[in-house]
Amino acid sequence: MMNLSRSVALISLFLLPLLTFSFSVDNPTDRRVLVLLDDLSLKSSHSIFFSTLKSRGFDLDFKLAEDSKLALQRYGQYLYDGLIIFAPSTERFGGSLDSKSIAEFVDSGRDLILSADTSASDLIRGIALECGVDFDEDSSAMVIDHSSFDGDHTLIAADDLVKSHAILGKTKIEAPVLFRGVAHSLNPTNNLVLKVLSASPSAYSANPSSKLSSPPQLTGSAISLVSVMQARNNARVVISGSLQLFSDRLLRSSVQKAGSPNKYEKSGNEQFVTELSKWVFHERGHLKAGSLVHHRVGETDEPAIYRIKDDLEFSVEILEWSGKSWEPYVADDMQVQFYMMSPYVLKTLSTDKKGLFHTSFKVPDVYGVFQFKVEYEKLGYTTLSLSKQIPVRPYRHNEYERFIPTAYPYYGACFTTMAGFFVFSFVYLYHK
Amino acid sequence: MGAKKASPDLLNSSFSFKSLKLKTKQQELLLRVSILGLVYVLAFIARLFSVLRYESMIHEFDPYFNYRTTLYLTEKGFYEFWNWFDSESWYPLGRIIGGTLYPGLMVTAALIYWTLRFLRFFVHIREVCVLTAPFFASNTTIVAYFFGKEIWDTGAGLVAAALIAICPGYISRSVAGSYDNEAVAIFALLLTFYLFVKAVKTGSLSWALGSAFGYFYMVSAWGGYVFIINLVPLYVLVLLITGRYSMRLYVAYNCMYILGMLLAMQIRFVGFQHVQSGEHMGAMGVFLLMQVFYFLDWVKYQLNDTKLFQTFLRITVTSAILVGGIALGVGTASGYISPWTGRFYSLLDPTYAKDHIPIIASVSEHQPTAWSSFMFDYHILLFLFPAGLYFCFKRLSDATIFIVMYGLTSLYFAGVMVRLILVATPAVCLISAIAVSATVKNLTSLLRTKQKVPQTGSTKGVGSSKSSSKVTLDQSQPFQKNGAIALLVGVFYLLSRYAIHCTWVTSEAYSSPSIVLAARGAHGNRIIFDDYREAYYWLRQNTPTDAKVMSWWDYGYQITAMGNRTVIVDNNTWNNTHIATVGRAMSSYEDEAYDIMRSLDVNYVLVVFGGVTGYSSDDINKFLWMVRIGGGVYPVIKEPDYLVNGEFRVDKGASPKMLNCLMYKLCYYRFGELVTEYGKPTGYDRARGVEIGNKDIKLEHLEEAYTTSNWIVRIYRVKPPTNRL
Repeated sequence: MMNLSRSVALISLFLLPLLTFSFSVDNPTDRRVLVLLDDLSLKSSHSIFFSTLKSRGFDLDFKLAEDSKLALQRYGQYLYDGLIIFAPSTERFGGSLDSKSIAEFVDSGRDLILSADTSASDLIRGIALECGVDFDEDSSAMVIDHSSFDGDHTLIAADDLVKSHAILGKTKIEAPVLFRGVAHSLNPTNNLVLKVLSASPSAYSANPSSKLSSPPQLTGSAISLVSVMQARNNARVVISGSLQLFSDRLLRSSVQKAGSPNKYEKSGNEQFVTELSKWVFHERGHLKAGSLVHHRVGETDEPAIYRIKDDLEFSVEILEWSGKSWEPYVADDMQVQFYMMSPYVLKTLSTDKKGLFHTSFKVPDVYGVFQFKVEYEKLGYTTLSLSKQIPVRPYRHNEYERFIPTAYPYYGACFTTMAGFFVFSFVYLYHK
Repeated sequence: MGAKKASPDLLNSSFSFKSLKLKTKQQELLLRVSILGLVYVLAFIARLFSVLRYESMIHEFDPYFNYRTTLYLTEKGFYEFWNWFDSESWYPLGRIIGGTLYPGLMVTAALIYWTLRFLRFFVHIREVCVLTAPFFASNTTIVAYFFGKEIWDTGAGLVAAALIAICPGYISRSVAGSYDNEAVAIFALLLTFYLFVKAVKTGSLSWALGSAFGYFYMVSAWGGYVFIINLVPLYVLVLLITGRYSMRLYVAYNCMYILGMLLAMQIRFVGFQHVQSGEHMGAMGVFLLMQVFYFLDWVKYQLNDTKLFQTFLRITVTSAILVGGIALGVGTASGYISPWTGRFYSLLDPTYAKDHIPIIASVSEHQPTAWSSFMFDYHILLFLFPAGLYFCFKRLSDATIFIVMYGLTSLYFAGVMVRLILVATPAVCLISAIAVSATVKNLTSLLRTKQKVPQTGSTKGVGSSKSSSKVTLDQSQPFQKNGAIALLVGVFYLLSRYAIHCTWVTSEAYSSPSIVLAARGAHGNRIIFDDYREAYYWLRQNTPTDAKVMSWWDYGYQITAMGNRTVIVDNNTWNNTHIATVGRAMSSYEDEAYDIMRSLDVNYVLVVFGGVTGYSSDDINKFLWMVRIGGGVYPVIKEPDYLVNGEFRVDKGASPKMLNCLMYKLCYYRFGELVTEYGKPTGYDRARGVEIGNKDIKLEHLEEAYTTSNWIVRIYRVKPPTNRL
């Protein structure tokens, strides 16, 4: 019996590191990634991108998109933490996979890299549409630019990148990013999706092999080349209009923007895709908040209810995932609201550089059911939306002042009347 | 015992006569006490129909709040109750319970509960709450007896007690389980009036003090105390005008007003209204008038000169009215004296609420009374009332003037609002009792003198002059005896019809808890719809404890009391804007409503729907009030958008806005698939008798969480915002 339990403990000890590899709140970086390809040759033509992922510890599982055994989950458990779809021409996935199950995959908090290309299938367009991205309807259209190109006018040398350290890393991407593929635009009602790599104002989307008969529908900087979407549950999605962007050829090629004297030995593609993959797989820009802590000044326990005009202290611990461990998050733009239908108090939190954000304020002179609210939405970072409900009551009957100084004349009047009445009755009754 | 004691005295004839006389007096006392005792018990058991028919449960809407607060009071003690800030209602505003209720009822029930516990009767607080109303109804009969005795005689008192014990107008709000303020307030009202009349009659300070305490109890129990504080000054004013001013009146009114006012200020909800609100200014004016009157009386006594006094009178009266008018004007203009409230206006002018305050007009018990409900609630009292008034006028005294004024004013208010029939009931019973008692007394005395006529022939000694005069009178009207007997039989027939009517009304109409519905099945069997409690218990068991439920305000108290969940609005209706917001959400399209619900942190939406069972007081029938109340604050909601040619309909001819608003969608979701009645198409609404116009309802932001077995209550969950859009 003892032996058995010991061996069970031992086995579980061995299993522990395996278990922790899977996606969890404590370790948000994805580990198991399914790569769907429409041609296995992509494995070698995009080997640099895949090997950087492998070197960062990702467990890549290459499958053909038509593979009939494809499945994202088994017995209700997801088998993968991330999904890379490099299969732009696939009309139907094999197995149980379809656009709905991929949307569910994202809705469960898992990440996705989707790459389309010219002549992208309806399936791929459909998945992109679910994420707020519309590819050009003309399936033969490509992005054409007569000013920002490298050699061929469909090979765009784009340098209009989003300015966010969280998404693209601290080191600036100097060389332009080479892009050849289809244009897309963002759904204007969706505010979760944003452009990472935009086309220049002179770009347009059209079929390069035929003459333009009508003005192109997508033009200029409205065209997005690569976009990202961070869902409300912080699942991240990268959508690229070009599969070649990730290819070894463009990663290794030199670049010289037409009309520009600067020639770079290497394009910015490698840095761009590496940094972007770090972001999408939660190696960067992932925040975690502890619980909201609040108490009266001078106390440590959290009260069940506050009284109006109480002084209180509020704090929250926020940590950032560095890819390996949780580090304190440092920022000066974290705010807390004391909210009841509208914010009654709005205060910027000060930080002790160890991850603890704190402030103190006075409860407003309004009773009701309030909420402490921390709504933190910073470009590239996970959205923090924390709230905690707390009622605020008015004074109790014995918490008012017993004697008001300004009322002393009235107290005096009252008591002199009483005394006078007593004396009067005495005199009236017995003075005869 | 009495008979045995009397038998030895038979030898002495003069002694036996005396003891016999004593015996009749004792008998009369015994009779009176036993009648009162029977009436007391009768008043209690007549109100137990609801317990026997259903179960010992709290009825309707407001009583659930009273029950919840009483529970809190008994569990946490008085000071916690007094300072209770309730964060479970009116989310997110909250409600200061201690400062916004009349605590009299809860304190009374808690005292009864504590007393019973002290006496080692371990009852549940719910049983105490259920039986509080019948208990106080019984007490009211005793007060009615004394009141009747005070204004007429003991006979009238007994009849009044018997009449009020079973009068449907009173039973409607005091059956077991109807745990509402009115349950104790009618007792307090009648007690205050009785003690005041007694004080005026005797001029005694102690009775006036008692009346002040009665008033205090009334103020602590019900907002209807405003009726007392206006009727009593009016009565005093009438006495002054008719020249019935006396020192007794002066003592009674001054003592009652000053002490009553000071005591009433102790109730947090009332506070300084006695000196600040327009409704209470009449009492103060009369109080000052009394002082002027007294002063004038004294000056008249001192001057002993009519001419000089006349000029003095003119000067004083003009200056007094002038000063009073200026004070009132300045007070009103500066905002110190608040103007009359809407409820008060709507009492004086029945059309006021309809035009200005839809939230008051929307309550069914605030509607003007139909004549049939007078007949239903008063039965023969309606005919006896004028007769009683005739007797009162015939024997005018301070007391009868009071009861006449009480009867006439309250009957007017009863005509304005259905629920005020309750206030008029004691007066109607008392005045009718005078009519019955006086008539029966006259008739029986006629019969008795008839019987005595042959006796007077043999024994001449006893009051010969009186009897002889009656003999002559009798001879002039030969059929008087028969007439009297016929009339007596008629009176008793009427009274028995009254008793039958009252019992029938109580058992059929006024004993329904309205939270459990009953209907007759196809075979005459009783079908019980217990959907409300089913839904509330579902909420209690299956939702997070901090979930917020949005529903129309009618169900707020029940959800907090039975479901134990936070509600957005409830029956307190203190914040019209908040209710209008809910009304707006219910009458908007789903996506607009979703934004409103998100801003109020709503997790669940509850609607009441009668289309399957044919239950007519559901949310669709209340819907126009939601539109009106919502539109009163948010002009984007317009009533004509929901009507077609001024007609409210839900079938194919309904307006497009109606067919797609949130309330319609929530009520009729999945209803289009259902066959409710044999031989009718699917989606046939039995409450309105039409086939619904929108059978294909798709919900985007809400999902069905629970629907009770008869579809009366439907609960929907508000979905979180979509993940990717």
